[in-house]
Amino acid sequence: MNQAGFPLLSLITFLPLAGVFYIATLRGDDAAVLCRVRAAALITSLVVLGLGIYLWSQFKPDLGGFQFVEAAPWLSGLNVEYRMGVDGISLFLILLTLVLTPIAILSSWSVTTRVRGFFSALLLLETMTTGMFAATDFVLFYIFFEAVLLPMYLIIGVWGGERRIYAAVKFFLFTLAGSLFMLLAVVWVWYHAGTTDIPTLLHTHFSASAQMWLFLAFLASFGVKAAVWPLHSWLPDAYGEAPLPGTIMLAAVLSKMGAYGFLRFAVPMLPNAATAAEPLMFTLGVVAVIYISYVALAQTDMKRMIAYSSVAHMGVIIIGIFTFTVEGIEGALFQMLSHGIVIAGLFVCTGVLLARGEGLALSRLGGLAARMPAYAALLMLFTLANVGLPGTSGFIGEILVIVGALKVNFWVSLLGGAGMILGVAYMLVLVRAVLFDKFTHPELAKLPDLRPREYAMLLPLAAMVLWMGIYPDSFTHAFDAPVTALVQAHAASLTPHTALAMVTTK
Amino acid sequence: MLTLIAVFAPLIGAILAGVGRPFLGKTLSIGASVFFMLVSAAAGVGTLLAGLQHGVAPPLHLFNWFSVGGFTADWTLRQDMLTLVMVAMVSVVSMVIHVYSIGYMGHDRTVPRFFAYISLFTFAMLMLVTANNLLQLFFGWEGVGLVSYLLIGYWYERPAANAAAIKAFIVNRVGDLAFAVGIALIYFIFHTISFDAIFSAISAHTGDHYRLFGTSFSALEVIGVLLFIGAMGKSAQFFLHTWLADAMEGPTPISALIHAATMVAAGVFMVVRFSPLFNAAPVALGMITLIGGTTAFFAGTVGCVQNDIKRIIAYSTCSQLGYMFLAAGVGAYPVAIFHLIDHAFFKALLFLAAGSVIHAMSDEQDVRLMGGLARKLPVTWAMMLFGGLALAGIPPFSGYYSKDAILRAAYVAHDPVAMYGWVLGVATAGLTAFYTARLFLLTFHGPSRAPRHVQEHVHESPWVMLVPLLVLGFGALTSGFLLNNIFIGTGFAQFWGSSIQVAANSPMHHLDALPGWASLAPLVCAILGLAVAFLFYVLVPSLPGALSQNFGGLYRFLLNKWYFDEIYDALLVRPSLRLAKFAWRFGDEQVIDGVPNGLASLTADAATQTVKLQTGSIALYAFIMLIGLLGFLSLFLWVR
Repeated sequence: MNQAGFPLLSLITFLPLAGVFYIATLRGDDAAVLCRVRAAALITSLVVLGLGIYLWSQFKPDLGGFQFVEAAPWLSGLNVEYRMGVDGISLFLILLTLVLTPIAILSSWSVTTRVRGFFSALLLLETMTTGMFAATDFVLFYIFFEAVLLPMYLIIGVWGGERRIYAAVKFFLFTLAGSLFMLLAVVWVWYHAGTTDIPTLLHTHFSASAQMWLFLAFLASFGVKAAVWPLHSWLPDAYGEAPLPGTIMLAAVLSKMGAYGFLRFAVPMLPNAATAAEPLMFTLGVVAVIYISYVALAQTDMKRMIAYSSVAHMGVIIIGIFTFTVEGIEGALFQMLSHGIVIAGLFVCTGVLLARGEGLALSRLGGLAARMPAYAALLMLFTLANVGLPGTSGFIGEILVIVGALKVNFWVSLLGGAGMILGVAYMLVLVRAVLFDKFTHPELAKLPDLRPREYAMLLPLAAMVLWMGIYPDSFTHAFDAPVTALVQAHAASLTPHTALAMVTTK
Repeated sequence: MLTLIAVFAPLIGAILAGVGRPFLGKTLSIGASVFFMLVSAAAGVGTLLAGLQHGVAPPLHLFNWFSVGGFTADWTLRQDMLTLVMVAMVSVVSMVIHVYSIGYMGHDRTVPRFFAYISLFTFAMLMLVTANNLLQLFFGWEGVGLVSYLLIGYWYERPAANAAAIKAFIVNRVGDLAFAVGIALIYFIFHTISFDAIFSAISAHTGDHYRLFGTSFSALEVIGVLLFIGAMGKSAQFFLHTWLADAMEGPTPISALIHAATMVAAGVFMVVRFSPLFNAAPVALGMITLIGGTTAFFAGTVGCVQNDIKRIIAYSTCSQLGYMFLAAGVGAYPVAIFHLIDHAFFKALLFLAAGSVIHAMSDEQDVRLMGGLARKLPVTWAMMLFGGLALAGIPPFSGYYSKDAILRAAYVAHDPVAMYGWVLGVATAGLTAFYTARLFLLTFHGPSRAPRHVQEHVHESPWVMLVPLLVLGFGALTSGFLLNNIFIGTGFAQFWGSSIQVAANSPMHHLDALPGWASLAPLVCAILGLAVAFLFYVLVPSLPGALSQNFGGLYRFLLNKWYFDEIYDALLVRPSLRLAKFAWRFGDEQVIDGVPNGLASLTADAATQTVKLQTGSIALYAFIMLIGLLGFLSLFLWVR
């Protein structure tokens, strides 16, 4: 079996469904079941989180390859199996999902209609996301990847804001259109390689022209999910219209699915195509960082500004992945985790205002630092992490990507790093508009500071931001084995690498 | 161990004052901050004395930070002589300013927050100077920038303070980006970011080249220029100086600590720290000399016509930092540090004395509305005089020794760029003396021009503010002749040890080899400047007004700080905001969103109906997926 002695990954993946079943058995109207539904969802997610921490404690970072491997016959005629496993890349993405689900549940206190459906959808989302990160079979991966859409679509469409239908349909169509290309790729791969086992596929060679087509298919599906510019336009609407927990899960976890896809499939399986696409991806990344930062600067709504900032950070992640250097890829991975935590923190901060009956228009806020010092301090911390201040989690990813990019090209490094400046511009404008200056209207002076439930969401996130910034070794240590292997395999699979390097030694 | 205490005591103080405020209460949290700062100062001085007595200790490794590929950074406290001198200076000046702030900030509503910030600042600054690798240096570098931002905007209800804070952070970040890319390039070339490993490998990489703009440059020169751009941001050098004057929106103790004594000098410290690298990058050094000399002169000219007491001192800071870079640029690194230390004392003194004046004048900062304060504020008067004479470079005050040494170094460097620095530096010496005397005379002498109700309230500051002034005044008087021989005398190489690498051809080795007229020139200029100021503001008070009328163009040019803010606003700030609007409204909403929205509008009706029908059932979505799947499968089979 595996090192846990029991199918730990499947348990983590499917345990939330137990919560869903329990919630489904509850009877009565919304008001009657509200407390029990919330408690059930929260407890389920915390138990799953506990299992996740156990998974981390048993994980052996020095081993290469997948751990906690599970396999069961499934579609045996097609040579498709149910296979699960984690390596250093997926481990923390799973943990990120598990950490953020309870926080998303805690942030759902404002949801009081159709509560059974809502919390079931959140738990379902956890199952699908975890399953996707843990799947080591391409078909299984695809099913989870697509299935994530359903609960998310419902969360936006049923419990969202005023324009929820528009946002939900847009989100659904964009991601579905993208992933159908991946389906095509899956079928093609299965037909030619005869298997959909990911570890096997990673060592399967595809012809250069086939790689090109496969890469385009992956780009369409993962690019939409990762909101790579210019495929990002679903994102501001979806983030803006989704209810707070939905926004948190979208921004913090679902946006990582695309980047994970690039890292898991596009780069190792298609080395030639990925290398050929390097300049394109760098361009997209740099455009995302600079162009989207400008767009963010023009926003007038707190939530949308944070949403655009999220797109800009995805640019950094894309740049990091396509440097094909250990520093760049680990930087991208670290940025994925850090961004997940930080963006969740920022969105929870918007939720704090919503819960007090305030809107998020920047022109209607201001001066909150005076009456809400704890809120101000935490919002400031997440802001600083978002602009990559050293000592916070955001810095590590940022500097590693800059370092990795410089190994490839000076200008990618400089322009990709320009987010350091532009990010400060829009985030400080945001902080000023929310926390500083005078109250724009007198009700703001009466808002109470954070409540215990809000502390319970924000303090763990804040602690993680600092932990990841001050002692990131706890995380990067697990990246080393898979990333080094990935980079070496990538270099080995290329004929003399025609990189854009600029150094010459006389 | 003492270094460890010196660095981390302020952090404890900051946490207690900041987070512990609700539990400790106001007095206790301030007390904790000040107490831990006293501990830090004692440990800081102790570690310097121990270093002098027993020789410097090896770096103190705390724990690993992170390690990715070969990119490894540790939390380590370096303890060489350069670090120890900086630690002692920073902790002592910070301690003095903590004490002063008890009085100055006494009436503020959120004073524990203030103490938490300045203690946190001190911690970050100490992390910066004790760094043993580039990343920890960068940690401190950004940390001090952050606290500077927080403190400039300390009175966040003032829009001007918020704008100044944001400006400071953004301008600094421009430099920091260059610095970060410089770090990356160092790692790329040297495969390490640890100081000692870099410095010992310099000679192996002098031949490395790096292609940029289609041309091949020496890699070390590129690194040097990138690092210096970082230093320009932090130290407010020409082109990236615009934030410093605006930063005066912060409380005055902050101007003394951050924007005079410590943080703004970090750029100079960094250049000196990288002396082995800069010695191998002559072009970068030339650029440092050029920018340093230009900044010294530019800021001097602007300082002559400003009317806000703090802005005058701020421009003088900018100008003095230019002097320090001038010294570093010609390779006289110990002289740069000598001036840095002297400057820390006398400039902190000037700011605190100015704070005492502002305190007495009911928060009035315009020197045109002061005058006649000498008799009412005798201690402040005397201390401002000490600071002013030190700044003007009049012996035996400290500024004379270090500034004179800088100009001597520039003269004996025998290099056209250094000569440019010398000429501007000597001219600036005159300007410095002039504006210092102008500030002093307008504030303390002549008739009082303040409104009556302000005049009635004028009072000398309490002792908790005056004692810090006396301590710094003692420093301004003595640090010059006490340190002169140690820092830049014949035994300088032995004193600094391996912490500063002075090149063989550096002017350090023959600082006295210049003709008598050249060595007297700065002092003569300074005395001339004092004399002109005396003429303008005591003998013929109508003269300045007449001059500004007759030379209106020049006057406005200087008053508007060479129009830098206006130019940047027109070229960078406003176009950026317009571009942002355009990118959002046109680029994102019309173009990128337009295409899919056109498609979407076709299906929107259907989708709306779908959602109405389904509300929660997954069946239909699965069905849609299936249809799509079938469609693509058939397409696939058909194409194949």
